[in-house]
Amino acid sequence: MAKREIDDRFKKFGTVSFTAISKVNDFVDNLEQGKVMATRCPDCNISYFPPRVDCAECLGSNNEWFDTTEKEGTLATFSKMKYGPVGFEGDLPYTIAVLDFGDFKMFGRISNDVPDDSIKIGMKMKVHVNDLQADQKNFVFKPV
Amino acid sequence: MGKVGIIGVGQSVFSRSASGSFKELAFEAFKEACQDGGISAQEIDASVTCSAPEYDKQRSPSALVAEYCGLKGPAFYAETLCSSSSTGVRLAYSLVKSGLHDAVAVVGVQKMSEISSAASQELMGRGTDIQWESPFGTMMPAYYALFAQAHMAEYGLTNEDLAKVRVKSSTYGPLNDRAVFRKSLDLEALTSPDSKMTAPVAAPLRVGDCCANADGSSCVIVISEEKAKSLSRDPIWILGVGAAIDSVNLASRDNFTSLPSAVNAGKAAYKMAGMTPDDIDVAEVHDCFTIAELLAYEALGFAKPGQGKEMIKNKETYLEGRIPVNVDGGLLSKGHPIGATGGSQIRTIVKQLRGEAGEIQVKNPEVGLVHNVGGVGIYGNVTILGR
Repeated sequence: MAKREIDDRFKKFGTVSFTAISKVNDFVDNLEQGKVMATRCPDCNISYFPPRVDCAECLGSNNEWFDTTEKEGTLATFSKMKYGPVGFEGDLPYTIAVLDFGDFKMFGRISNDVPDDSIKIGMKMKVHVNDLQADQKNFVFKPV
Repeated sequence: MGKVGIIGVGQSVFSRSASGSFKELAFEAFKEACQDGGISAQEIDASVTCSAPEYDKQRSPSALVAEYCGLKGPAFYAETLCSSSSTGVRLAYSLVKSGLHDAVAVVGVQKMSEISSAASQELMGRGTDIQWESPFGTMMPAYYALFAQAHMAEYGLTNEDLAKVRVKSSTYGPLNDRAVFRKSLDLEALTSPDSKMTAPVAAPLRVGDCCANADGSSCVIVISEEKAKSLSRDPIWILGVGAAIDSVNLASRDNFTSLPSAVNAGKAAYKMAGMTPDDIDVAEVHDCFTIAELLAYEALGFAKPGQGKEMIKNKETYLEGRIPVNVDGGLLSKGHPIGATGGSQIRTIVKQLRGEAGEIQVKNPEVGLVHNVGGVGIYGNVTILGR
């Protein structure tokens, strides 16, 4: 009997991934095509980021993917980190942030090429796919 | 069903490196709580051990702690990150109030020194959604920094305002013989660009804004009114226990200027106690970072949103102020041994209400409050105690 193939695509997300197997592994394929995808329940019209296959409102599991990379968000808050946890030393310093898209928010990093003194709460930003070392990927925010 | 009270409280010295093992450290606080309450292990019929896992190698610590303390009753484990032992007290309250048990020992214990500071930050950074947030390299100072940053933008909070919280903490830290950090720090030391206290950690938070990891234990013995009659001392009564949660993923939060879990836990505790913020004579709040203390003032209704900074500027929360807060030095001075912290806060308030707080005694307090938060507002716990 053939050994069952394990779908562990999620291990490619982030500098250090702590999750390999998830029902939203397609998120990683989309990242590789330059898209940061969220999900929406077609019955309840609730948008989910982080994306999830299950709707907590109707308990349905029919959520559909939609692309966020063309959307404009507003910077809700941010922090430039001088220290990081084990495994993230090579990325330092980096800036974590939350972007508000209205019907959903997104936690991530601000791109390293954005000058510190230009970062202001309330500024308009978009999300972009970002290549990390060792073929890992995440997403970063850049000014519109 | 009668009232539920606290008969005994204990706490180890909080230190950078405890000399004992996990269970031996737990025993230090348990022993003091038994002696304090005039109660023996044989009279305690259940226990709740509270810690955050992975800092030490011990798995399923509750029965082991019970064994070492000589406790024969059922043993349970409570974990809500930094508020684990407040959660333990809430569980103990339920166990006693239901009539299942008469006396429950809540033992908070944490040995953080067995791993490096960076490894510990990685563990705390995984006290969030490991699928979506931890891969960005998160840690607790940065999470609270997000709230400080938003508070600055919304309400004009400054680094000097934050430094004043630490100045208050270090006014009282030197008086606490159980505290990790007992040096005095003035505003100059906390704001001068040359001071190591102003080195950035996660902007806008700096070294002086952050509490230290620590090893430590605490113990709170919760007891029924009936059982207390057989003992020699009067309990301090649990008047209100409030608990609430909020989303783990920050992407699901409504705003970054308040922690609704603490607001809602406070409302629940006030309602249960039939009280308002004006009734509180002394409080211990979760000041893991300076910003966290100001968020607590606002969450608990001591100050309006955005006005917490005025309370510290006006010294309203000093010993002689309108409502003394963290006059034992708080987490910023005591250190923060995750699972032991809530019990330590409760011990301080119990001593205040008994009039046993020595140099930091608030004048004749009748009602005290403990605010203990797990993660950046993931778990909110508020406990109101009275004589």
